[in-house]
Amino acid sequence: MKTVIPVENGDTLVAVRGFLKRLLEAGVVDAVLVPMETPAGAVTPALVSDSRLLDAANPLAPVMGLNAARVVGPVSIREPRGKIAAVLRPCELRALVELVKLKQASLDDMVTIGVDCLGTYDVPVYEVMRADDGVDVAAYLASAQSGELAPQDGYAFRDACQMCEKPHVSALSSGERLGGVEAVVTLELFGADLSAGIPVTLPDELAEKLGLTDPSPGPSPARRREIIEKVIAARTQVRDARFAEMDRRLEQEGIEGVFAACVRCHNCMTVCPICYCKTCLFKSPTFDHEPLQYMNWAHRKGAYRLPADTMLFHLTRLNHIVLSCVGCGMCTSACPAELPVGRVFRTIGQQVQAVFDYVPGGNVEEPLPLITFREDEWMEVGEE
Amino acid sequence: MNNNAFEPKIVAFLCNWCAYTGADLAGTSRIQYPPNVRIIRVMCSGSVDPTYVLKPLLDGVDGVLIGGCHPGDCHYQSGNYKARRRIIALKQILKSAGFDDDRVWLRWISASEGGRFAETVTKMTEFLKEKGPNPMRREWAV
Repeated sequence: MKTVIPVENGDTLVAVRGFLKRLLEAGVVDAVLVPMETPAGAVTPALVSDSRLLDAANPLAPVMGLNAARVVGPVSIREPRGKIAAVLRPCELRALVELVKLKQASLDDMVTIGVDCLGTYDVPVYEVMRADDGVDVAAYLASAQSGELAPQDGYAFRDACQMCEKPHVSALSSGERLGGVEAVVTLELFGADLSAGIPVTLPDELAEKLGLTDPSPGPSPARRREIIEKVIAARTQVRDARFAEMDRRLEQEGIEGVFAACVRCHNCMTVCPICYCKTCLFKSPTFDHEPLQYMNWAHRKGAYRLPADTMLFHLTRLNHIVLSCVGCGMCTSACPAELPVGRVFRTIGQQVQAVFDYVPGGNVEEPLPLITFREDEWMEVGEE
Repeated sequence: MNNNAFEPKIVAFLCNWCAYTGADLAGTSRIQYPPNVRIIRVMCSGSVDPTYVLKPLLDGVDGVLIGGCHPGDCHYQSGNYKARRRIIALKQILKSAGFDDDRVWLRWISASEGGRFAETVTKMTEFLKEKGPNPMRREWAV
């Protein structure tokens, strides 16, 4: 059912915390996985079992230090496990869907709480903002109502957020589809006056347990749709311009040009929510070549780029994960050389995903393209 | 024959049950085919990770051939169907990333098709001669 979490004194965050506390106090879940603020103001996810500690929860903080799907995996993957509520952004929910398909996470015993995303900052940017100007939370939350998602003056949202055309969530129970990623509980920020109340959709049974029995439509679905469409249109324009630019670069410079400054630190792989292999080939001794092997390559080509196998690393990662790439852009955020890793993966990903008509992070029932097949597809391939 | 003529190098991953046996048959049947191919036997075309195709290409090999059983004939039921999808993805990624995708060939060759194996290698060699050397052979930055 649709209802509204009441907000008192205009403090949206306190209302969200109260909602999460009720989940614990009503015994709906054993713990809540949510971004928490340290006393010094840094934000990191934590699995919270004591409802009093949820006074430090801040799922509305406009900062993204990791894709939390990475940490949902280990706490959900097998029984016995606790019943948890996980508060996630749309790109985290989409990554979680892919991880479930990859059998690295489970949605059983889990209440996913999806929150519309108004854009996030990289950790270093957020730290500077906190120290210098302070974070204008009121203005940030007010942008949900108008759909004018602009970063604070003098700062920029994360690269991936600037081109994110899937910033919204859709309730599993509502049947109303705006193409957003689905969650059991959805906090629907777009189109709402968040200083008055937070529109939420949740299963009736859950609403009853939480005492949210007053059905209230909140802002009209048409209004929400209008704002979401506005955001998507603006973001899609940015995205398409970047796709075109990256296509040009890849054609002119090749991937070796775009990734020329890569130091093969593997940060992009480490933060990627999809790259889960514990025995990654690129962490193995496979690529510890003999000294003379490097000489052979140097002689053969005249020169040989070091660290070796860097483009092989990126192309292999593209082959292994690009069909599941949800475009969260943590790879770009983590790159010490500030390379446009996420833009490369999204640009190429979009083209490969189109071949298989696959939308990563969409339907959890739809099989991954590379583990399924039809006998009667691409019949001409292999036959010439 | 001109000694300076470009002779392409082909790395072929052939499945144990069909394509490799087909290549074997081409040999025992004394069917002539160009010596440009270096064959690596694998258990299934579905076991060829893209890395193994990419590594030789980036090092400058002119073509990579993946040979598997005809659809429906896979010794492991569905390995070749999965290989088909994987190679289609690989070729799209190569194309999107600025490489030639036509240096990678996937072909179904049965254990009885020695002639088809020889013909495939002949065609691929001719195609690559026409196309010219893989630029990655001289590209130090990959």
